[in-house]
Amino acid sequence: MIEVIEVADIPLWAAILTSLLLLIGSGLTLIGAVGLLRLGSFYERVHAPTLGTTLGIGSVLIASMLFFSVLQTRPVLHELLIAAFMVVTTPITLTLLARAALYRDRREGNEEVPARRG
Amino acid sequence: MSAELLGWSIFISQIFLGLAMVLAAVRVLWGPRAQDRVLALDTVYVIAATLLLTFGIRTGGTLYFEAALVIALLGFVGTAALAKFLMRGEVIE
Repeated sequence: MIEVIEVADIPLWAAILTSLLLLIGSGLTLIGAVGLLRLGSFYERVHAPTLGTTLGIGSVLIASMLFFSVLQTRPVLHELLIAAFMVVTTPITLTLLARAALYRDRREGNEEVPARRG
Repeated sequence: MSAELLGWSIFISQIFLGLAMVLAAVRVLWGPRAQDRVLALDTVYVIAATLLLTFGIRTGGTLYFEAALVIALLGFVGTAALAKFLMRGEVIE
């Protein structure tokens, strides 16, 4: 089912560009995960993994698009599906999560979060 | 030359992504509150999709792409449902 294509005939510029994009994407994802582990409160931590969900997976998707387009000598664009999906869903999930956390903190009478206005 | 370069960079990026996944899993286990665990679980989903994409570049097949798409979809549904549960599901107070 998984056919292994010989990658030796890919030109050097495409290999360099793909490698660079892969390293940038995975490095940013790693930085986001370190931030998720190291930052102090939940409201600071909620920012860190978005490095991985925007530029991290975006760079890897661009690298995949470039690699398969060069390898098959035709534009391969189905990675745009994942990119569009991540762009739409990440703000929704994190907004829902942050609002739930705010609700829970307010309900417990936590002093660190701002009180409800009005 | 280009195959060697690609092989090494895919190897290094997979190590980075695996390390990121381990860090997020530590936050899932250690996270002081439920919202921390949900956030870290969402991060694990995204990193798994990215890791599957790098596997797809390594093997040259399109099967991994579909798996990454399904993982991204299920991650969104799971995180949205858990956030909704945290908002409404406090039965015992």
